[in-house]
Amino acid sequence: MNDISADHPKLDPDNALRSNLTKHLFRRISAHNSILIGGGVLGAIVLMALFAPLLAPHDPFSQDLSRRLLPPFWMEDNNPKHILGTDNLGRDYLSRLIYGAQISLMIGVCTAIISGIIGSALGITAGYFGGRIDAVITFIITTRLSMPIVLVALAVVALVGGSLHAVILVLGFLLWDRYAVVMRSATQQARNMDYVSAARAIGCPTWRVVLSEIFPNVVNNLIVIATFEVAHAILLEASLSFLGLGVQPPDPSWGLMIAEGKEFLLFDPWVITIPGIALSILVLAVNMLGDGIRDVSAPENRN
Amino acid sequence: MLNFTVRRIVLVMLVALTVSVIAFFLVRLSGDLATALAGEDANAQEIADIKKIYGLDRPLIVQYADWLLSALRGDFGASLYFPETVGELVAMRLPTTLLLAFSGLVVSLLIGIPFGVIAALKPDSWVDRISMSIAVAGQAIPTFWMGLMLMVLFGLILRLTPISGDESWQHFILPAFTLGYYSTPPIMRLTRSGMLEVLSADYIRTAYAKGLKPLRVLFKHALRNAVIPVVALASVQFGHMLSGAIVIESVFAMQGIGYLAWESILRNDIAVIQAILLIVCLFYVGLTFISDLLNAWLDPRIRVS
Repeated sequence: MNDISADHPKLDPDNALRSNLTKHLFRRISAHNSILIGGGVLGAIVLMALFAPLLAPHDPFSQDLSRRLLPPFWMEDNNPKHILGTDNLGRDYLSRLIYGAQISLMIGVCTAIISGIIGSALGITAGYFGGRIDAVITFIITTRLSMPIVLVALAVVALVGGSLHAVILVLGFLLWDRYAVVMRSATQQARNMDYVSAARAIGCPTWRVVLSEIFPNVVNNLIVIATFEVAHAILLEASLSFLGLGVQPPDPSWGLMIAEGKEFLLFDPWVITIPGIALSILVLAVNMLGDGIRDVSAPENRN
Repeated sequence: MLNFTVRRIVLVMLVALTVSVIAFFLVRLSGDLATALAGEDANAQEIADIKKIYGLDRPLIVQYADWLLSALRGDFGASLYFPETVGELVAMRLPTTLLLAFSGLVVSLLIGIPFGVIAALKPDSWVDRISMSIAVAGQAIPTFWMGLMLMVLFGLILRLTPISGDESWQHFILPAFTLGYYSTPPIMRLTRSGMLEVLSADYIRTAYAKGLKPLRVLFKHALRNAVIPVVALASVQFGHMLSGAIVIESVFAMQGIGYLAWESILRNDIAVIQAILLIVCLFYVGLTFISDLLNAWLDPRIRVS
């Protein structure tokens, strides 16, 4: 750490060491804390999504026009059968919220896997081989970084038609840049290690050097980026669905629920408040988990 | 530096060219332009005629070259929906988006830099922790939802600001904040780490030692050096904001190119989408170039690698 020791010189080295250790310990604990909290909340949401059919009190698709826009439990005139109220078509909001978690998680995880495979393949190839291959891949990365994600994603989703699969594929093929950049530089560092030279010297084929010597040493970066990309993809799906070019009705995507509630903003703001809070909690949990994993696995990258 | 700049310019031209190819083919593949021009119930003969008139029967590569050369002269073709040419349309809408992105950037710098400096002066203090926690939490809030919530709070409940449109400067307050808060955390982090590094440098100790006032040391000696990477980052963030404007403009119904892009995508108005995609990409490329130059000027090691 950049201690400004000039300001208050610590004459007692033991004391300094101890305070440093306390600080360090605090860091570790707080990292674990964010893993615990983030992981715990995320785990709860995953369970909620997995057991949605058991947990949801109603069918998320069944409409009842006689019960439109019933308010949630903290407001007057609420209906105890619909704890979070109903939407403009009379569908139970809690049930839609629970099923919506499936969509967000599916998009987040599938996108992170697709983009992770593309990005790591490009990054490791560029980092390991260097030279012309590196130049070409760096050019591909630079080109990708020069394209605005939201605009390109909207245009492509409009091309293939909005659906869950379309959104996953489009985001998967767009969000690989961070993997590629980080894996490239991590591989460049790992490539020059003695054990890699040793493996090459005893005649290991390239694929084996990459898989058993390079990959295990860069994989912790992969996990950290993957968590952040999960969060990124969830937010982007919500934006695309909000703009009407993502998941299509009647599927209960949280972004789409906000879009559908937009016209009732004036008198029933809770219609957009509830799915927005759900989205923020999910993304915050994923980000906290990512922060925690990063701090524990590679504390030097914290800043 | 000159060598670096020249190499960068060549790279930028190549990237810009590639991006223009992608912008053209991506959108062109998304719909049949002839059918769109001819209308829903045109017969095969009419579609063939349209293809002939607009040159759509030529090979795609020829059409691309033709489109690019016209685009370089500012001629982006005709919109299917608006009476104006695409060039006029974009020129009309671009200032709103630029103003929005610029005010978003100002918001994020005005919040990010002071909090970054305070956090660096007292690392691990409560100010540091709280500002970082807020930053982490803020990153989890979707911008469009934040915009709607601000609209409810300040526009509907407190009635302090207009809720939609772009007629006066008051209309820009909520959108600028919505756009700006999301870019604040990276700026705050970079200011913090830059200041931490600079503050531990020898010349800062010297400045304090020769009795300069602490504020003077802070602003004149430390911040000036720590802020250059932040400016480089800000230039990249400006590009992100131009792209983020598409969501914000549709939330607040502002007539910028983001809103225009969204409407045009929904209407399959191909010439407009291509033009906006190309222009925003070129902004990105240009802003990244500026950022690279700033970083290279600051850190000679980047120039030789």
